[in-house]
Amino acid sequence: MRFSGLRVLKEGLTGNKGWRPHWRDPEPKPAYDMIIIGGGGHGLATAYYLAREHGLTNIAVLEKGYIGGGNVGRNTTIVRANYFLPGNSEFYSHSLKLWEGLEQELNYNVMHSQRGLINLFHSDGQRDAFARRGNAMINQGDDAELLDRDGVRRHLPYLDFDNARFPVYGGLYHPRGGTARHDAVAWGYARGADERGVDLIQNCEVTGINIEAGSVTGVQTSRGAINARKVGVVVAGRSGQVAEMAGLRLPIESHVLQAFVTEGLKPCIDHVVSFGMGHFYISQSDKGGLVFGGDLDFYASYAQRGNMPMLEHVMEAGMTLMPMIGKARVLRSWGGIMDMTPDGSPIIDKAPVEGLYLNCGWCYGGFKAVPGSGYSFAHLMATDRPHEPAAKFRLDRFRTGRALMDEEGTGSQHNLH
Amino acid sequence: MRITCPICGERDRREFHYQGAAVALDRPAPDAGAESWDDYLHNRENPAGPTRELWHHEAGCGAWLVVTRDTVTHEMQGSELASALQEADS
Ligand SMILES: Cc1cc2nc3c(=O)[nH]c(=O)nc-3n(C[C@H](O)[C@H](O)[C@H](O)COP(=O)(O)OP(=O)(O)OC[C@H]3O[C@@H](n4cnc5c(N)ncnc54)[C@H](O)[C@@H]3O)c2cc1C
Ligand SMILES: [Zn+2]
Repeated sequence: MRFSGLRVLKEGLTGNKGWRPHWRDPEPKPAYDMIIIGGGGHGLATAYYLAREHGLTNIAVLEKGYIGGGNVGRNTTIVRANYFLPGNSEFYSHSLKLWEGLEQELNYNVMHSQRGLINLFHSDGQRDAFARRGNAMINQGDDAELLDRDGVRRHLPYLDFDNARFPVYGGLYHPRGGTARHDAVAWGYARGADERGVDLIQNCEVTGINIEAGSVTGVQTSRGAINARKVGVVVAGRSGQVAEMAGLRLPIESHVLQAFVTEGLKPCIDHVVSFGMGHFYISQSDKGGLVFGGDLDFYASYAQRGNMPMLEHVMEAGMTLMPMIGKARVLRSWGGIMDMTPDGSPIIDKAPVEGLYLNCGWCYGGFKAVPGSGYSFAHLMATDRPHEPAAKFRLDRFRTGRALMDEEGTGSQHNLH
Repeated sequence: MRITCPICGERDRREFHYQGAAVALDRPAPDAGAESWDDYLHNRENPAGPTRELWHHEAGCGAWLVVTRDTVTHEMQGSELASALQEADS
């Protein structure tokens, strides 16, 4: 089933009776060439690119809940390529380029909106740091522009520029940054993988990983045993638990990140904006809701909900920066489980078990990574060689201390990112 | 979330700094080798359920606590002074 303007018109005129489910609901087969554990954005994109780029279609994606029920449907949808360190820089740059062709590629409206992202700064030191980051982005071939106060005012006239404590000095503008419709990204990849023959198996929880003589032979699931010689673990916040099934301990601690959305309002915030002096970032969804968030709650959690202190901090920071949103009513808040690594950067690598592959550690920034991660992980699983833009996401970097990617410069230690 | 400090009683979570899994009580010997140190510094059980972790009563009495907490429900299941545990150990 292809989408087109003509098709929408035709369906509209004939009672929308021609639309069909976007993917099948197959029974698991006893064996596949490869199994992907986890039907989030990264797992679905991996399956899609395995089929699309490598012609491998005897593949199952095993999802314990439903497609899109994890973080891929819980995030605040920001897509950007404003990273600083080698490793992250080339990877997110590659991912953003895939985003830019994604709707045509998938024939699916993922509502990718390059509305521009502005990271504000409020001191001379921050200005220097952002100028340096902007230069790194430009060196990577991406776009960045340092705005002074008046430059910011032209884009964001509604900020409290002269706030007594945190006046706005300027901002780093990344015009190609923006947002996308998170569910649609999962659905688009799911449909594309299914169309090419991948079995998407929902309500199928992996409960064990079978290993014989140091090699993976398959998995145990709530719907029976399924064999495969190659298994990819792509379960985001649950990475520690699935890795344990293979006897591994990972450099990951799962934390909760909250987000908030208000009632629908007329368009008022055109960009993605982040505050430089407190944990607050915001954008407006196409439905009109202000979607905003802050930082982790900073304690290990699998609860998918957070506590009051971070909620209060985020509200205070938002009111400090843009008092105009004060009268908007918050409709909902929620949380997701973040797979935090010591340096805050991800892992795409082989596990120390033959046939087992790890894709994890996306922390709070893995939505923008979905296309790039799927592409690179598919390459690794298909060819057993790392894909260049993701080659630095090694599992052993913590042990060796080499090529750590600590974007925040706070140290490679749990609970600092 | 409220945490009971054995010295100060039940207090708001904001008074405490979270350090992470209570592994610091089992610090390897200086010559234990790179593998043990890597494991100690980076790798984690990361359990979904009850876990033991270190909290610092930063804005209170300054004590380090070992708190048992359920990571799925956020229920607090007990807390002890880290110093008392270490004395009992040695
Ligand atoms: C509040 C919030 C805001 C965020 N904002 C942003 C943002 O603005 N920009 C950005 O880039 N990133 C953001 N992120 C991060 C991003 O959402 C995640 O990094 C990313 O979605 C994780 O990858 P995923 O989509 O594959 O995860 P998920 O969708 O969580 O997929 C993992 C899947 O694995 C399944 N699974 C787990 N265990 C098993 C098992 N044993 N068997 C079978 N299946 C299993 C789960 O059910 C789940 O569906 C945010 C996250 C949150 C929570
Ligand atoms: Zn105390």
